[in-house]
Amino acid sequence: MDTRAFQRIYTKIEQITKATCTLRATGVGYEELAMVAGKEAQVVKIMDDMITLQVFAGTEGIPTNAEVVFMGKAPSLKVGDALAGRFFNAYGQPIDGGPEADGEEREIGGPSVNPVRRKQPSELITTGIAGIDLNNTLVTGQKIPFFADPDQPYNQVMAMVALRAKADKIILGGIGLTNDDYLFFKNVFENAGALHRIISFVNTTEDPPVERLLVPDMALSAAEYFAVDKHEKVLVLLTDMTLYADALSIVSNRMDQIPSKDSMPGSLYSDLAKLYEKAVQFEDGGSVTIIAVTTLSGGDITHAIPDNTGYITEGQLFLRRDTEIGKVIIDPFRSLSRLKQLVIGKKTRADHPQVMNAAVRLYADAANARTKLENGFDLTDYDERTLEFAREYSRQLLAIDVNIDTEKMLEVAWELFARYFSQAEVGMKQELMDKYWVDEKS
Amino acid sequence: MKETAQHTNGIVSGIIANLVIVRVDAPVAQNEICFIQHADTQLMAEVIKILGDKAYVQVFESTRGLQPGMQVTFTGHLLEATLGPGILSKNYDGLMHDLDTMTGIFLKRGEYTLSFDMEQKWNFRPLAAVGDNVTAGSWLGEVTENSIPHKIMAPFKLEGQYTLQFVAEPGAYQATETIAILTDSRGKEIPVSMVQKWPVKKAVKAYQNKPRPFKLLETGVRTIDTLNPIVEGGTGFIPGPFGSGKTVMQQAISKQAEADIVIVAACGERANEVVDLFTEFPELEDPWTGRKLMKRTTIIANTSNMPVAAREASVYTAMTIAEYYRSMGLKVLLLADSTSRWAQALREMSNRMEELPGPDAFPMDLPAIISNFYSRAGIVYLNNGQTGSITFIGTVSPAGGNLKEPVTESTKKVARCFYALSQQRADSKRYPAIDPIDSYSKYLEYPELLKTLNEQIAPDWADQVGELKNILFRGKEAAEQINILGDDGVSIDTHLSFWRSEVVDAIILQQDAFDPVDARCPLNRQKYMVDKVLDVTNTALDFGSYEEVNPYFKRVIAALKQMNYSEFESQKFKQYEEELRQILDERKTG
Ligand SMILES: Nc1ncnc2c1ncn2[C@@H]1O[C@H](COP(=O)(O)OP(=O)(O)OP(=O)(O)O)[C@@H](O)[C@H]1O
Ligand SMILES: [Mg+2]
Repeated sequence: MDTRAFQRIYTKIEQITKATCTLRATGVGYEELAMVAGKEAQVVKIMDDMITLQVFAGTEGIPTNAEVVFMGKAPSLKVGDALAGRFFNAYGQPIDGGPEADGEEREIGGPSVNPVRRKQPSELITTGIAGIDLNNTLVTGQKIPFFADPDQPYNQVMAMVALRAKADKIILGGIGLTNDDYLFFKNVFENAGALHRIISFVNTTEDPPVERLLVPDMALSAAEYFAVDKHEKVLVLLTDMTLYADALSIVSNRMDQIPSKDSMPGSLYSDLAKLYEKAVQFEDGGSVTIIAVTTLSGGDITHAIPDNTGYITEGQLFLRRDTEIGKVIIDPFRSLSRLKQLVIGKKTRADHPQVMNAAVRLYADAANARTKLENGFDLTDYDERTLEFAREYSRQLLAIDVNIDTEKMLEVAWELFARYFSQAEVGMKQELMDKYWVDEKS
Repeated sequence: MKETAQHTNGIVSGIIANLVIVRVDAPVAQNEICFIQHADTQLMAEVIKILGDKAYVQVFESTRGLQPGMQVTFTGHLLEATLGPGILSKNYDGLMHDLDTMTGIFLKRGEYTLSFDMEQKWNFRPLAAVGDNVTAGSWLGEVTENSIPHKIMAPFKLEGQYTLQFVAEPGAYQATETIAILTDSRGKEIPVSMVQKWPVKKAVKAYQNKPRPFKLLETGVRTIDTLNPIVEGGTGFIPGPFGSGKTVMQQAISKQAEADIVIVAACGERANEVVDLFTEFPELEDPWTGRKLMKRTTIIANTSNMPVAAREASVYTAMTIAEYYRSMGLKVLLLADSTSRWAQALREMSNRMEELPGPDAFPMDLPAIISNFYSRAGIVYLNNGQTGSITFIGTVSPAGGNLKEPVTESTKKVARCFYALSQQRADSKRYPAIDPIDSYSKYLEYPELLKTLNEQIAPDWADQVGELKNILFRGKEAAEQINILGDDGVSIDTHLSFWRSEVVDAIILQQDAFDPVDARCPLNRQKYMVDKVLDVTNTALDFGSYEEVNPYFKRVIAALKQMNYSEFESQKFKQYEEELRQILDERKTG
């Protein structure tokens, strides 16, 4: 879209709803950005010369004679190295008191990467957290959310993962962050001395909710710049995507669209996929990895937001409080990294896949034993041992405060196997058991 | 289709997301293709509704920047696939544009590449003689595409009888050169090249009839081939919540199935999954021919971030390519992942047009659309008496994993194999997570299939399979009893029933798709393992107390599992088999 030299100013709005206003104008492009009484708005519908604009900050106080100026371009971001270390709002304007960041202007929400230009992800991300590295190994170019109830420490875990992940750039997309969480991220990054490789686009709970719709696209446009133009490894953190989806539903309801499940728009899948699919690995080493947060209500993952997310992302990491050990763990049952098979046993030790599976299977047996116990039945000797195993497994490996390397995780697992089980009960490939079985019970 | 020499033009008057309203000056047809002129690019769109002089078109691209007043040219034809030699090994977008010949890292709007190289020369051998009677789909000649005989056929669009007036000598010709001339009853000449076009939403009907399927299509997946087989020309679907293994299952089938041609439609799913195919298929071997898998494969990729309207088109494009190869007398396997995304694309558009919504806001005619699509699969007798087949397996992604939703229910009415993936099995990593009790293959009710199975595998095969299912069923009942009454509240026999079904589950149902040996289990090996397992489950065993049952069966399963992981009939395989014999001997009665 070319910028026009003379911008016509319109001053007659014909219709105003909570989120939109409609006026007559010509020469306007679809998705074009406009300013309505100084507030950012975007063209969402054109019917001949009737133009409907979605006003991000809401239409409160907008008079029918407000000034409307069309900007001749879709929402965009100036990308360049000057972004590094900076904090911006949803429109890409600085909120850290610094000057406007200079760079090349690019429209956000741009086209998709041609799938044949992608490379199969194969570069391991290590976090030191065994619930991730051992059971749900992550790779660059992956997209994966934390599924967590609102009271869980997902932002803390995410910040920890981000800092340990050896990324060239970390881009935080804060979607409806509380001010406290915003300051938390700022502090953690500052204390780690990592500010120079962090870029933040933040919409806090104090900002209008519809503005949130811009945050992921801003963050991902910045990410694409560093991954494509600079061949960097970029990690994008999006928290909380549930609030993003809520903003989508606000807009679609106000535009009278027929809602589908859980009053979400019928296009929720495509809307979320367009963002998450920006995760990519390129041949030349550049990559965009997305780690997101999807908060659940009451742990319900059949709700349309986590459900559609699960269908899009490459697995999910479930946070759960293990009451027995009193710690938050990464739940091995519902958590999954779809891309782990690209690296485990290849980039990690050969026994990794089988150790991981065996441990989870035994943990599942423990869950069965626990059900038996709850139903008032006697436990067999095997049941007792699975319960003991589960407790140690949870404490030494699943807890999010674990920080060891992958080799050590495998050793811990072998040690636990030998302590509680026979080889037949563990049931792995014999070669592996011959090689790694810990003989003396310590 | 209207017959106008002059093409209709129009101008854009409204835009809502990818729905564009075009004011037209002359007739337009429903589903006609048009191009919207945007700066120096042309954006392809399809008419989906007409109201007076307004055509509602869905644009196969982002509509960002479109303005009222922009010029629109209508093409006079429907959405068509271009068919000819060179389709195999290609990676297409949903509209059959070659992704590899596009420029740049990002997809560019309006960059429509050719489906294959029109200038490539092919070694043509005539199969028909001058004077022959010709109808749509008649084999006129043959070229070799990736070692596969590729028939050059009379265009599918022909109606009625023609006479072959000229056919080219054997030799090398460009795809677009005339290799035959047909004449109709009035002597009108129709030149034929190796390239033809077909509207994707219409079924190719150039065959005599569609018999009931009667032959197994081996997939190497035990829980399918042994328990609920799919057949050549059959239809099946795999519903399951996210992460339950639909894609892994389909990819396994695409790698291992006994098919001449495999068409994979990645419909609204992850780009990285398509990249898996791009990366692995040129390297992996087709177990049936030893050639690289990519040689027999065409991939249609409309991933979830690609334009939604093209997502709907992608499954039709894939089906049309499948029909093209079926008409050559080939065994085609068509896979679509996920048909729910296609249904959602229909829903998005229907909502945008403010149509009266059906259940879950899907369009009212969704069941008819799905049924119409599945009915294009099947085994056919071509006009020359040869057979060709399309086996179609689609995945379904039900919202919330709940199978009571429109796409699953509509599909269940038309697909004959139902492979239900269970969340519970996936959670406990019992892959593939196909629920053995809920799933079914209606083909097992076909006497013609049972006959070929018993001939192909063993005279008592159907009985053996029945027995496996019984064991699983009894095992499920036993598990429920143990849950209610407790370990010591039931008899040892109940424990045995449970553990026997665990043996069937662990050894026949479960299969590691990522283990180089276990991933594919050929039919003879399946038969061998079924015998072995039934041998175990039929052995009368002696236990003093129920506590001995669990550890004992764990050893049995471990030995059998090692067999699954070892090369068939290798030294190691036999060693574990011997180990199993010894374990059984320990407690054998009598
Ligand atoms: N046969 C199998 N063997 C081993 N692991 C498997 C198998 N099937 C599935 N898995 C595991 O389950 C994961 C998810 O499988 P898959 O991607 O096929 O799920 P899906 O049903 O297609 O999910 P979605 O609907 O989200 O696309 C895989 O990444 C793999 O880890
Ligand atoms: Mg899938």
